[in-house]
Amino acid sequence: MAKLEKPEELIKIDYTPHKKDWMDTPVEFKEGMYCWGAKGKDLKILDFPNARDWSPKEEDWKLPENWKDTILEAMADRLSKYRSFRLFMDICVRCGACADKCHFFIGGGDPKNMPVLRAELMRSVYRKYHTTGGKIFGKTAGARELTLDVLKEWWYYFYQCTECRRCSVFCPYGIDTAEITMMGREFMNLLGLNTGWISGPVANCYMKGNHLGLEPHAIMNSIEGMIDDIETITGIRINPSFNRKGAEILFVTPSGDLFADPGTFTCMGYLMLFHELGIDYTWSTYASEGGNFGFFTSNETAKRLNSKIYAEAKRLGVKWIIGGECGHMWRVLSQYMDTWNGPADFLEVPKSPITGTVFDNAKSMKMVHVAEFTADLIKHGKIKLNPGRNDNLKVTYHDSCNTARGMGLLEEPRYIINNVCNHFYEMPDNTIREQTFCCGSGTGLNASENMDLRMRGGLPRANAVKHVRDQHGVNMLANICAIDRATLSASMDYWVPGVKVTGVHELVANALIMKGEKDRETDLRGEPLPGKEGKE
Amino acid sequence: MILKNLLSEKRAAILERWFEMVLDSYPVDTSSFLKQQKNQFANPVGAAISQGINGIFEELLSGKDSDTISTFLDNIIRVRAVQDFTPSQAVAFIFHLKKVIREELEKEISENQLSDELFAIEARIDKMAMLSFDIYVKCREKIYDIKANELRNMTFRLLQRANLICELSEPEQALIDSKNLNVKRKEVTK
Repeated sequence: MAKLEKPEELIKIDYTPHKKDWMDTPVEFKEGMYCWGAKGKDLKILDFPNARDWSPKEEDWKLPENWKDTILEAMADRLSKYRSFRLFMDICVRCGACADKCHFFIGGGDPKNMPVLRAELMRSVYRKYHTTGGKIFGKTAGARELTLDVLKEWWYYFYQCTECRRCSVFCPYGIDTAEITMMGREFMNLLGLNTGWISGPVANCYMKGNHLGLEPHAIMNSIEGMIDDIETITGIRINPSFNRKGAEILFVTPSGDLFADPGTFTCMGYLMLFHELGIDYTWSTYASEGGNFGFFTSNETAKRLNSKIYAEAKRLGVKWIIGGECGHMWRVLSQYMDTWNGPADFLEVPKSPITGTVFDNAKSMKMVHVAEFTADLIKHGKIKLNPGRNDNLKVTYHDSCNTARGMGLLEEPRYIINNVCNHFYEMPDNTIREQTFCCGSGTGLNASENMDLRMRGGLPRANAVKHVRDQHGVNMLANICAIDRATLSASMDYWVPGVKVTGVHELVANALIMKGEKDRETDLRGEPLPGKEGKE
Repeated sequence: MILKNLLSEKRAAILERWFEMVLDSYPVDTSSFLKQQKNQFANPVGAAISQGINGIFEELLSGKDSDTISTFLDNIIRVRAVQDFTPSQAVAFIFHLKKVIREELEKEISENQLSDELFAIEARIDKMAMLSFDIYVKCREKIYDIKANELRNMTFRLLQRANLICELSEPEQALIDSKNLNVKRKEVTK
């Protein structure tokens, strides 16, 4: 960001004393901007260090005496282990290209949310302990000691980054700021400085297989409820199988789809589509979570939680895996799973049983995104669709950060939407695809107590939605991420009232003409279909 | 209305100074970004403030009370209600307009003895300030509503599945609403 002032601006003399340098501005914990601290019982379940109840609001964070050594040793260890981390600590020239690209900075205005400055919170400590210049010249060289205040500042700001990687798109050096946040959180994890909203789901996932802590009967019960609703709407009774050995395909989706609206409607969409195709697939109550909040604590935890997907695929003897609509789930799957828990050489290269398409892109990982699977079905004309059933909707599409920037899944969702809806409108170019704005609540920031933070972070996305609402009357925001479905609803409620949120497969299921279905009166939400208004 | 004509003539200068004053409530690094980035999608806050104060000023000159003024105020206040501001700081921008008008038109006001007209304009600004306060409170209430709704939605399906929620008939619902209660608990008789 260039800072060339105009002559008339330069001539203005400001008599107020200059504000302190960022390093000398201690962090202030503001209500609505941070999540509650982790509960000791959850940390204990996970064998996380320093398990105890704690509150970020309290002065005393109940840290172990050697906390500083723990962090510095971990930093030295990760610097030697991950070349990318050392590179990202070294090569930033502070050009500022990333500065105004973060949704939290754009919406909130706190300079410490400029990605360059957020990373500088850690780089300054790195310089002090790992560079000659920093050791000798200290603050002059942008270096500083790791103190308790610095640690608190890390905690406050590394939990104000959603690891969306929009800043990285603009970095001329390709620095991945998300990795810096990941390191920050990993270090703090070593001191038990987790948030309750993350460690609770991680503990649930570790004990029961999913973030919500749903036990097998609860999962089946929830899906049965959906099946009842589907029968009411379509007249067709679906009988999915659970934990069935010998099925061809294992289906794994984020557990958010199982219990919270509007994710449940997306889940009904999967059920209807798979039933209509008659594919040989099974749900699992063991690998019952595609998401991975462990990814927001440490590499080891993420790996541990992820392991159950391949383990279950092996136990059931399936040939390959389809994954549901989720964001960070797919960054974990497509970029880490194979390295962590692979090779999945007991599986086959995914091949659609309906179209015969071989998904070479998943040759090694053996897991296909449901949007890829469905787009392929439509391309081959294998499902009958009546997009007119979605005619009451004017749809726009929000690219989830992780599927868009993390795995390049840009065209498939759009292709599907364009085939199942007649009214689709794109948001402005600098807010979609690789440049998409985060929902503002990813990486485990989707709690309620930090609502001010979420609304700030959600503003740039909401602002673009507002534009298409005002221009085209858009009333539905589609996406392929469970966190988006949960959090964009709140963001729309505040910033763009009147716009609802949907998963892509809910739209698919509304348009899907199923064999033997009755004349449908309502969509999956129980709202009358276009042309059926006024009928009971 | 001589003052209105003067305000209209000096529109550009007044709006520029007002914009600067509003942005001065942000940290230096932030305000320079808010001023310089002209793309409304890359800089929604700067755009909301810029378009908002333009609209408010036009409404002030028109002398009419319309709903549009609420929209312009809302666009700015909705943003500031979730930023690092106290309630008074969040709505203070509307009072800045008084200062800007007095400073920009100081000479003309005293030369033409326009204090009565100035009083009338300032009374309208005060009215906008009161409206701003209402909008601010509505925004904060919305935040609390959203928080409460999220918690309710998280547990709704669970309660429904556990048979702890019952559907209400319309007269029952009206009765509940009239008593300002939203939830009726069904006794568990098991």
